[in-house]
Amino acid sequence: MFAYLVRRLAYALPILIGVNLITFALFFVVNTPDDMARMQLGVKRVTPEAIERWKAERGYDKPLFVNSAAAGAQQLTDTIFFDKSIRMFAFDFGRADDGRDIAREIATRMGPSLAIALPTFILGLFVTVSFGLMLVFFRATAIDFWGVVLCVAMMSISSLFYIIGGQWLVSKVWHLVPISGYGGGLDAPRFLILPVLLGIIGGIGSSTRWYRTIFLEEISRDYVRTARAKGVSELVVLFRHVLKNAMIPILTGVVVVIPLLFMGSLIIESFFGIPGLGSYTIDAIQSQDFAVVRAMVFIGSVLYIVGLILTDLSYTLVDPRVRFE
Amino acid sequence: MPCLRRSLRFVLPLLAVVALGGCGRAWNDPYPVDEGTANVLYSAFTNRPKHLDPVQSYAEDEATFLYQIYEPPLQYHYLKRPFELIPGAAASLPVITRYDHGGRVLPESAPNDQVSYSIYEVQIRQGVLFQPHAAFATKADGSPAYVPMPPGVLENAATMADFPLTGTRELTADDFIYQLKRLAHPHLHSPILELMGGYIPGLKRLHETLVDAARKLPEGAWLDLDPFALDGVERVDRYTYRIRIEGAYPQLLYWMTMQFFAPVAREVDRFFSQPGMAEKNLTLDWWPVGTGPYMLVENDPNARMVLARNPNYRGETYPCEGAPEDAAEGLLADCGARIPFIDRAVFTREKESIPYWTKFLQGYYDASGVSSDNFDQAVQMSSSGEVGLSDEMRDKGIELVTSVAPTVMYMGFNMRDPVVGGDSERARKLRLALSIAIDQEEFISVFLNGRGTSAMHPVPPGIFGNEAGEAGINPEVYTWQDGQAVRKPVAVARQLLAEAGYPGGRDAQSGEPLVMHLDTTSSGLGEKAYVDWLTKQLRKIDLQLVVRATDWNRLQDKLRKGNAQLFYMGWNADYPDPENFYFLLYGPQGRVKSQGENAANYENAEFDRLFEQMKAMRNGPERLAIIRRMNRIVQHDAPWIWGLHQKAYVLQHGWLKNRKPGKIIRNTLKYQRVDAAARARLRTEWNQPVVWPLALIGGVLLLTVWPAVRRYRQHERQTIRVAAAGEG
Repeated sequence: MFAYLVRRLAYALPILIGVNLITFALFFVVNTPDDMARMQLGVKRVTPEAIERWKAERGYDKPLFVNSAAAGAQQLTDTIFFDKSIRMFAFDFGRADDGRDIAREIATRMGPSLAIALPTFILGLFVTVSFGLMLVFFRATAIDFWGVVLCVAMMSISSLFYIIGGQWLVSKVWHLVPISGYGGGLDAPRFLILPVLLGIIGGIGSSTRWYRTIFLEEISRDYVRTARAKGVSELVVLFRHVLKNAMIPILTGVVVVIPLLFMGSLIIESFFGIPGLGSYTIDAIQSQDFAVVRAMVFIGSVLYIVGLILTDLSYTLVDPRVRFE
Repeated sequence: MPCLRRSLRFVLPLLAVVALGGCGRAWNDPYPVDEGTANVLYSAFTNRPKHLDPVQSYAEDEATFLYQIYEPPLQYHYLKRPFELIPGAAASLPVITRYDHGGRVLPESAPNDQVSYSIYEVQIRQGVLFQPHAAFATKADGSPAYVPMPPGVLENAATMADFPLTGTRELTADDFIYQLKRLAHPHLHSPILELMGGYIPGLKRLHETLVDAARKLPEGAWLDLDPFALDGVERVDRYTYRIRIEGAYPQLLYWMTMQFFAPVAREVDRFFSQPGMAEKNLTLDWWPVGTGPYMLVENDPNARMVLARNPNYRGETYPCEGAPEDAAEGLLADCGARIPFIDRAVFTREKESIPYWTKFLQGYYDASGVSSDNFDQAVQMSSSGEVGLSDEMRDKGIELVTSVAPTVMYMGFNMRDPVVGGDSERARKLRLALSIAIDQEEFISVFLNGRGTSAMHPVPPGIFGNEAGEAGINPEVYTWQDGQAVRKPVAVARQLLAEAGYPGGRDAQSGEPLVMHLDTTSSGLGEKAYVDWLTKQLRKIDLQLVVRATDWNRLQDKLRKGNAQLFYMGWNADYPDPENFYFLLYGPQGRVKSQGENAANYENAEFDRLFEQMKAMRNGPERLAIIRRMNRIVQHDAPWIWGLHQKAYVLQHGWLKNRKPGKIIRNTLKYQRVDAAARARLRTEWNQPVVWPLALIGGVLLLTVWPAVRRYRQHERQTIRVAAAGEG
């Protein structure tokens, strides 16, 4: 397994370099260092001298990829791309364009993001898997039919509708929880209930249908019939036998998402005023803060790769036939 | 039943947490329970501040915080209109002495062209203290407690509250001088360095010297400004300093109301420049330290910013004089009372308008603007066109405050463009035809819900130089009929177009249709409607419009290179003086020529001469006469389609007192007062939780689940015999 892990990590390096290169190229196709300087220096009384000073101070006065004025290896190393990329691979993200330390911001904002994402993920998984199993239990009945209709209807509705509708109904009309905001300690549940609930509801349609399809394949297998023949209750058949044997496709979709929970949710965090990483990324894009955009894309890529590796590892836990050799 | 009991075991504690969290207050109250009747003002901000350093910050969002913390030498009288300067941190208004080229003192009546330089002598108040801060904390021997930083302190510090020792000291003239030197700091990029460098002798030289000095220092090391001299600024004594200005520049007094001139203590700069501080986001850019009525105690620009009363504030009294209508509006009721009234101000970040508006209606924000989405809910127009509150707002005791903002929004012509630019009669008539054809009044009505007033020239109402009535209209575009300005008919625009050589919207020589190109930065659904409307306006005179959507930076790039033809632009006043608007058309400020603020690249020698004459004059009939001539020149030349001045609509709850609109005055928090008891009562009344839907949802869920449970039980109890019989 160790060799497998090393191999996968070695594969990750070119992927990360590629992601970094693409992010860099895309960002600078749209924005020039002058644009970034102007965005930071404001719109009034900005002089060309101030722009040049800002760029020089942050190393944006160099060529993007190739420094033809330099000699030897410096042609490649004395560039914005090399300068900004090399430190990131040591997880040194530096400062945002507004001067704040990016690593510190990420550490601070990870908590609020997880406070929303983790319960949404765990409860959502429980609800959708249970609902999927229920529909499979009642397969080919009216309950199954209307359940699927409900799922299709729910997945057809935009998540924005759930958010705005939920805020309007629960917070504005019923006055049950604050419409937005974030608090720590005992105050936290009041702010988290609604976004978590809406996050779960928003995911029920598509996830339940996906799980139902997986479970339907399993329910007609011989081992299920054998279990029933032994007198095992249907609940045990579903949760212990069917669910366990359907774990491979479930894990494929689920485990890879776990590390990305740290990244937060772009829309929910914005609408509910949650100061998490999703909201941080949106802010950075809007303010053309390349340092933050690059750091968030890099972390997202790393977490995705970690998620894929964890997915592979998790197969060995649910299926003893899988071996890393 | 056991299943139900198990469920309750999980659900009840959760409900208990929710209920306890909301104990004694509305369930949807987003604030901590102990703030119920506290003397706190609640507000919101949309964009996170980029800079809170007083030499860097230049945005309105940041001014909301900075002007409560720093106290510049001067301030505006809160209630009087037109705006009147009064002392702030200064003991009195500066004494201005003007000198001729021989160094002799000039009398006040001397013309400006005789002035070689001016001296502004500022005497500051004695006994003013800085807010309590770790930078001023000292050990028993009098040395700084945190410079150098003792081991272990910084490691455990996340905010300024984590430094247990604080101190203060008296404000001196040196603190103002230190800040003026900071304008030249090479790493701070002050937006007014270039401008002030043109007036304060030695400022640009100091900048160059500091650039060299900073280069020699290790990265991140503190650049002490004390050893470097600034020629144009002189310390007279502990409480007095002088600023020397090249020529005459009376607008300096207005600049002295801004945070660029507020005092910054050298100790604070030193404290924040220590190694490891920036990595913890502990910088002067994020933790301002001033002598103003409030201090920043919580700084989380992602979630909330909290200002608390500065215990060391020198104290002021609420004004007893104001505009004539102020007494009737209750704005003089607190005459002579000690300010500030409010203990804390909590600013919560709201990125979306729906939660912002909802919280305002629920009483969780004390005031709010009115967006287009909420306009119909909040405001209604009477048949006579008068603006009033909707019944819903009135029932809640909400008040509407309107004012014309000191702004101008305009559509500029690039005067270097071969078609619309230049000073030829052909181009001028084309510009005038467009000015008449684009119906600003319709735009204001359709797109701004009436929140604006048509501009006749650059200066908005409320600023000297803006005249009401017939004298104030733009005679090129309007006529005066029945006591109001009426836009000239489209036929006049068509006639002008024909005279310009484009009869029927086609070039008379080539026969080609005339196509105008507009660069705009907006996008989205609203913009589509606007573009359609604008296209329709041009079609009235048979012109075609091509809209080139772009972003702000691209537009700036085009303007710098002179590649735009028509563009939208706006200007928020820095100070209430016509100079701050007319300089937008001043030739030497041309964008292409000198990267200045004259985006239209307009040049007119007569206008420039009058501008130079007008800018240093005092308000009076002579200055007004010059402004009238300047207006006639630019109205005739039409380098802009004069656009509009926005009207600000602000809603505020009845418990919020002493708010008077005036965008230029930014240190307003200290004058405001809240009736916290009334607010708490109304919040509870307006936000009674509605719980029956929970029971209903629970019942519906049970009804939905019950058939499934029943079916499952039947399935589990089913025997082969029964099943077979059933099937048979």
